[in-house]
Amino acid sequence: MTTEELANEASAKDQQPTTPPPEISPSTATDDNGSGGPIILFFILGLAASLIVGWVIFPQLLYSQKKQPVDFNHALHNELVEDSCESCHFFREDGSYSGVPKLAQCIECHEEVNGEDPEEAKFVNAYVANNREVPWLIYSRQPQNVFFSHAAHVKMAEMDCVTCHGHIGESESLKVYEENRISGYSRDIWGRNIAGIKRNSWDRMKMDDCAECHRNEGVNQNSVQTLRGGCFVCHH
Amino acid sequence: MKNGNFKKFGMVIDLDKCTGCGACMVACYAENNIPFREDDTDKMLSVSWMHVYRLNNGKPFPDYEECFLPRPCQHCEGHHGHSPCVSVCPATATDYNMATGIVSQIYPRCFGCRYCMGACPYHVRQFNWWDPIWPDGMEKMLNPNVSVRMRGVVEKCSFCVQRYQLAMDQAYMEGRQEIEEDDYQTACTETCPAGAITFGDLNNPEHAVHQLAQPDPAHEGRPKNPKAFRLLERLGTNPKIYYLSRREWVRRAGDNYLKGEFQNKAHS
Repeated sequence: MTTEELANEASAKDQQPTTPPPEISPSTATDDNGSGGPIILFFILGLAASLIVGWVIFPQLLYSQKKQPVDFNHALHNELVEDSCESCHFFREDGSYSGVPKLAQCIECHEEVNGEDPEEAKFVNAYVANNREVPWLIYSRQPQNVFFSHAAHVKMAEMDCVTCHGHIGESESLKVYEENRISGYSRDIWGRNIAGIKRNSWDRMKMDDCAECHRNEGVNQNSVQTLRGGCFVCHH
Repeated sequence: MKNGNFKKFGMVIDLDKCTGCGACMVACYAENNIPFREDDTDKMLSVSWMHVYRLNNGKPFPDYEECFLPRPCQHCEGHHGHSPCVSVCPATATDYNMATGIVSQIYPRCFGCRYCMGACPYHVRQFNWWDPIWPDGMEKMLNPNVSVRMRGVVEKCSFCVQRYQLAMDQAYMEGRQEIEEDDYQTACTETCPAGAITFGDLNNPEHAVHQLAQPDPAHEGRPKNPKAFRLLERLGTNPKIYYLSRREWVRRAGDNYLKGEFQNKAHS
């Protein structure tokens, strides 16, 4: 007998059923599912709970809510000044940027209480009278190793303040300052949307947002290593 | 870059003028927030972006001569910006900027592997073994335009790039796109009491550095001025620091010939 015939015989034996197949009764099938239901429900509830914790509760815990020392009405002031934003947030002659105004600029008008707004009274009595600077919380403050040039963007590239800062100039009161409890940075850097979805150019102020615009506009794409934007523009 | 106007900032140091006073080193420490320790005598552990070396011609008294050699980062261009340190950095923490020709060091990206220190033939890179500790009150005198480095990262001379940024800001403010030679000068250049250091754009024939060094674009910027030389020219690092000396032994020392090597080369 050749090996081939042996193999054929062996396979023929295997095909003959030695024992009858077990009959599946409908009653036993339903018995198995009886204990599975609560487990599946447990996992669905657990998944829902962790999604809620991760996407809703944790983001709320991550940021502490801080109120600005004085509520400021941008819209009201914007109507009174001539040079829009740059009237108070001005450039110095050497090209450096003043940022948030100091008390000296406010005193020009607010040496005494002018109106009936309680916030103005608070500002005059607590800060102007004591000659104390207002400890403003700066929404757009970047980490210390970031050197951003306002002159390059506003003067040279003639960009609008709104592009990065949004319509803060039309706001009637200052929004709550949300500080990241881990990093200490403002929420405006990461953006409101916890999933990182960006609808407007002013929604976020992360490095990727700077790089995106630099790439699209083709500015400072001088890196030899990456053939894209060099780090040395903002970090040095 | 949009306008395609590439600059190549470089330096010419006249070694015959240098007195070795070390003012450039002090200016560099102050400008760039360079950390120092209470006992900084061990130069293997200390950090100095600008370092003044002391050379001598190795001859006995009547013929003895000395020369001081200030050594900032050489900002090598190599071939098309592939300088030794840039080529080996695994973190893209050091980079060559095509627009300015400055070799950058990005501290937040550096994780301290020190490959670049091994690759650099000039010892311009230094490692921060400790966090900087400033004497009481001195932290108020730090330059706000330069980040302070933490322990575990490598640092080196940046050609005072913050001054370039400030000069550009002022130019933008005045409606200019370009800066003049005087607008951007490094701290060591401004400080040198002997006027030994000249700084400017090597690509601009109107700048003093170009006239002094006369870089030859056909030979990767090799100086046409017979008095000028670059350190370790034969390695092909294509550095942007040119040294001037009328003394031949100084020029030979710059190429670091081994004892007797120069004679062999001359004979063959």
